[in-house]
Amino acid sequence: MRWRRESSLSSVVLSRPKCPASHTAHHFPLKDKGQNNGFVSLFLLLYGKRKSAGPTGSQLALYVEETRPLMVLISLFFFMLAVCGFPASSYFISVFCLRTTGSSGTIIIKCKDLRILQLDIPGMEECLNIASSIEALSSLESVAVMYPFFHRPRELSLKDPRGLSSPEQDYTQTERLWDRWRLSKVNSDFSVCPSYPDTLIVPSSIDDDTLIKAARFRQGGRFPVLCYCHHRNSMVIMRSSQPLTGANRKRCREDELLLQAVIDESEMGYVVDTRSAQQAQQARMTGGGFESKSCYQNWKRLHRHMERGKVLQESLIKLVEACGDPSHNMDRWLSKLENSKWLTHVHSALSTAGLVAECVERDSHSVLVHGSEGTDTTLLVTTVAQLILDPASRTFRGFLELLEKEWVQAGHPFQLRCARSAYSHARLRQECPSFLLLLDCVWQLWRQFPLALEFSEALLLRLAQEAYASDYGTFLCNNEQERGSFGVRENTHCLFQFLLNCAEREQYINPLYEPTDLAIWPSVQPQSLQLWTGLFLRWTEHAENMNEAREEIWTIVKEHTERTGPVETTHTPLKHCDTFSAMENLTDELTIL
Amino acid sequence: MEHIRTPKVENVRLIDRLTPRKSVVGTLYLSSTHTIFVENSDARKETWVLHSLVGSIERPPTTPSGSTLIIRCKNVQVYQLLLPQEKDCMDIQASLTRLSRPERYGELFCFSYQPNMDKEEREKAWRFLDLRAEFNRMGIPSNLWHITPANHEYRVCDTYPSELYVPKSATPAIIVGSAKFRSRGRLPVLSYFHRDTSAAVCRSSQPLSGFSARSPEDEQMLQAIMKSNPASEYMYVVDTRPKLNAVANRAAGKGYENEDHYTNIRLHFIGIENIHVMRNSQQKLIDVGDLRSPSMGDFLWGLENSGWLKHIKAVLDAGVFIAKAVAEEGVSVLVHCSDGWDRTAQACSVASVLLEPYYRTIKGLMVLIEKDWVSFGHKFSHRYAHLDGDPKEVSPVMDQFLECVWQLMEQFPCAFEFNERFLLQLHTHIHSCQYGNFICNSQKERRDLRICERTHSVWPHLWENRVEYLNPLYRSDHGQSKGVLRPITTPYCFKFWKAMYSPAERGVALRQSPSDCLTAVREESQQLEEELSSHQERLVQLVGRKTSTATRKRNGVTERPYRTIPKESELTSPQDYFACVSPAPRGESHAPSFTLPLKSPGTAATPKSSDPDDLSACSDIESGVADLSSHASSACDDTKDPDSDEAVYANA
Repeated sequence: MRWRRESSLSSVVLSRPKCPASHTAHHFPLKDKGQNNGFVSLFLLLYGKRKSAGPTGSQLALYVEETRPLMVLISLFFFMLAVCGFPASSYFISVFCLRTTGSSGTIIIKCKDLRILQLDIPGMEECLNIASSIEALSSLESVAVMYPFFHRPRELSLKDPRGLSSPEQDYTQTERLWDRWRLSKVNSDFSVCPSYPDTLIVPSSIDDDTLIKAARFRQGGRFPVLCYCHHRNSMVIMRSSQPLTGANRKRCREDELLLQAVIDESEMGYVVDTRSAQQAQQARMTGGGFESKSCYQNWKRLHRHMERGKVLQESLIKLVEACGDPSHNMDRWLSKLENSKWLTHVHSALSTAGLVAECVERDSHSVLVHGSEGTDTTLLVTTVAQLILDPASRTFRGFLELLEKEWVQAGHPFQLRCARSAYSHARLRQECPSFLLLLDCVWQLWRQFPLALEFSEALLLRLAQEAYASDYGTFLCNNEQERGSFGVRENTHCLFQFLLNCAEREQYINPLYEPTDLAIWPSVQPQSLQLWTGLFLRWTEHAENMNEAREEIWTIVKEHTERTGPVETTHTPLKHCDTFSAMENLTDELTIL
Repeated sequence: MEHIRTPKVENVRLIDRLTPRKSVVGTLYLSSTHTIFVENSDARKETWVLHSLVGSIERPPTTPSGSTLIIRCKNVQVYQLLLPQEKDCMDIQASLTRLSRPERYGELFCFSYQPNMDKEEREKAWRFLDLRAEFNRMGIPSNLWHITPANHEYRVCDTYPSELYVPKSATPAIIVGSAKFRSRGRLPVLSYFHRDTSAAVCRSSQPLSGFSARSPEDEQMLQAIMKSNPASEYMYVVDTRPKLNAVANRAAGKGYENEDHYTNIRLHFIGIENIHVMRNSQQKLIDVGDLRSPSMGDFLWGLENSGWLKHIKAVLDAGVFIAKAVAEEGVSVLVHCSDGWDRTAQACSVASVLLEPYYRTIKGLMVLIEKDWVSFGHKFSHRYAHLDGDPKEVSPVMDQFLECVWQLMEQFPCAFEFNERFLLQLHTHIHSCQYGNFICNSQKERRDLRICERTHSVWPHLWENRVEYLNPLYRSDHGQSKGVLRPITTPYCFKFWKAMYSPAERGVALRQSPSDCLTAVREESQQLEEELSSHQERLVQLVGRKTSTATRKRNGVTERPYRTIPKESELTSPQDYFACVSPAPRGESHAPSFTLPLKSPGTAATPKSSDPDDLSACSDIESGVADLSSHASSACDDTKDPDSDEAVYANA
């Protein structure tokens, strides 16, 4: 049993370092049960787990049998953590052993959800053992031993419906697509594009052979496909990866045909390239490129530089580091905030998405979005643009459907991008917080339009956590093909279904939601963009008062709904109007009598 | 009036600074008190700007399209006008410059402002706040503190109020002696008494200690203050200046208390910078808020460079220190700076807001301002340039206090009865001179000018409109509203006050305000509740006399002012994206809507039809994109296609 190095422990102190104001240290005396040979028993005594609970404490015994398979151990381990007050999903990402003096040691655990925990453990030996156990458990490589495969809550069944939508459903429900678009099964065995789902929506005038040829001309086979059709003017947003024009300006008839099929002869379309013109040029040296004016005559290219990959990851690391140190003075904090450039990335993401939305809604032109691989910034831009334009995607369910369509099914490589989060000291080449940046952009929208989105900040925070460490299979693997081969669909639960039906659903709902059919145009002035304190300062005392305010809002809204009768949403004065008119009728009758 | 050269200019363009194409043409009028712009459109929308609010007028070089006039107001609003004739522009500038800088008090707007109110009402309005009642409310034990008649007719100190609270054990000799040892006679007196711990917050100016001078009376005065809090063995003297400044003052015969001379005092320096530093800092901040489509980096750099948030933090830190000493240690505090009317007022009032839930209510904040600022001689007329005077005396001292309150509101959303609008309104009134409250520099000056007889008081006016200033999340029984506030002052808790310093964005914020929505929801709940009970009553009545033939008018269900669904038109215009809506008059969003959304949301017929903007928006296709590129400043290389393609070929 490689993870178990420690069998006997007593009086471990857990605290949150760097937050001296919170005196909510937990004490965990861990004891050995001795007589049970072959068992390790851990007694956890929790003191003051919640402030209100007081030091009553509760006891829990965990029997870990040496012969049990590893997965059980893992689930037990996380169960133990859950009992200690961590959500099971906050996997640790790095562990440091400190203070080697004397007989006790300190472990600092940095979690993927940006929390930092400190464990004071008597006995240096034990301390080191625990540290290496946690280290080993938190860096499992194989998908098949990941926790979602063992997460079996009683209220969920594997037979429950999985996923919220599929391209087929989308297509059949959207009538405006029917005459110009069709469903294609060309990728049913993932041979055309390994990162696309098996079904795609393409122009009806283009046959599968053309698609296959066009796919060869796009990086990773990600040929242009439909992702959104605007309800006002039937203009579309499409996405793809970069064309492989290369240094000697190759062209591909089929790719040109495919794009031309989207627009009429006389019309114009926009290609929004998420790289600067210079970067697009440079990409040709490595086989990539862009749609040149001469080959794609009706398409106008707009370049918007957005950072990706390592730059974005470093930006996140810098920001989290700045947020983690409350000892900075004002100047230092502001310069660190500026230096991290995170808000700059939020700014450029929002304005590029605004550009796409504006092309569609105001100019009535179709848009193709791509960067280089088409799996990061591209998805970010198309998702935010849809939120701006499409009222349906601003509902709770609609937003989850949008994420499923644009991120999970469209092949954002979650496993590569969201492996280690911000505290990782191993600089992973593929790590990149694109999804976190998306959530930040959505949060900015939510803050600027507090009534327009049906979901709450809590949902965004939950998603941020789930993307990095989840009990559910939704964000496992990098694309649909991998999910199929690992049996993710059959053996894990679906996060989105769970969120829609779970008991705490209410906390993910925005009590002030008022649906509007209109586009919500976010302001991209730097003055209007703010640091997402809910996420980055989540574990400071700062959050507490905000929660109270949130509760207060709920109280007011609930009082209101109580008075207006059993109405689900706040925007139906209709019902109480009914009750009153009924009463009026009654009074009228009485008057006549 | 003699200063107005051109009372009326036609065909003036009021330029929307964020989206120039949303500018409107109208007529500009100059009255003796206001600049008025009336739009030529059917709506005849009027914009009124008080002359006393005008801070500066700029006239950039004339262009072929006309002469531009930029009017910057003291409440950070900016109006940009385009006049067809250069001569008119110069005339207007000259007139406005003169009109916005009155030389005598008599020229101020408050002396000509005549709301419909008779003499009796006016006197009653001036009695709206009663400071003696306020000190009684604090529960000051009469065996320890009392009102001294020493400053009757302002004999001891002409910048203090005539009624002063001092320790009962301080004899007239001590009072006079102490006053002589303090700069401008501003001796230590009571500002706030904390009932729970019997600790007091006192205020004064700096002692005239120089390098060696001492005053036994002043030492006895501090001793008396300490003794008035029987439980404590020491007291704090908080000098809100940076220590270096305090030391430098000693060379001028001033300085700070020598701990060797005063028994049992603990001296503490806070380090709030002086008014000149603050003035420059705010100017830099306003420039940042005024930047047109800056990049994120520019903005954050500007914010850091202005140092404004650092100064706000210093003021709040001072308040937190005092509040902690009073509430947690139970120790009295004497606060002073140099003259004891700027930083001292800030520190005392911030501490009071933290300590006392009452000061977090609408009336309470009014009382606090009346007490700590108006009565204790904060130099309003000098600091906010009510008259044409020394520009070096101008400084945003009050602005900083209001911002501290705002920062606290951000941290404790449920703790304050008022909302941001109230603070902004106060800020405007402090500068506008429409009411007499904030005129002059001391109580004595106001008495000499007979302000109470010649002008009106703003407090009852604000109180009558308090519905607009209510924070829907406030509840007097809520945990946050009770007891002492303990704010966190780590730098990341401080935010840029957008509504104040980025007025162009103010309109954007108005589009969807959760607090307005909540207020409306709340009102509606209450109304429904009332209606329900009235209906029930009626029902009971009717059941009682079934044969009644009375034909009552139906008090229409439809007339119930239901909460308006957020105005669709406000959201619809795509211009909103890069442009900002000019702040709509607030009343609009509260206007009763007579059309109930009776159709189920699914049909959604209304929004589609109420979308006239859409067509007009689509008509200027190109500009939309052009707009965008100018805004997405990070996309530095938005190369137009033909060029870039040529470059490609050239490379290849």
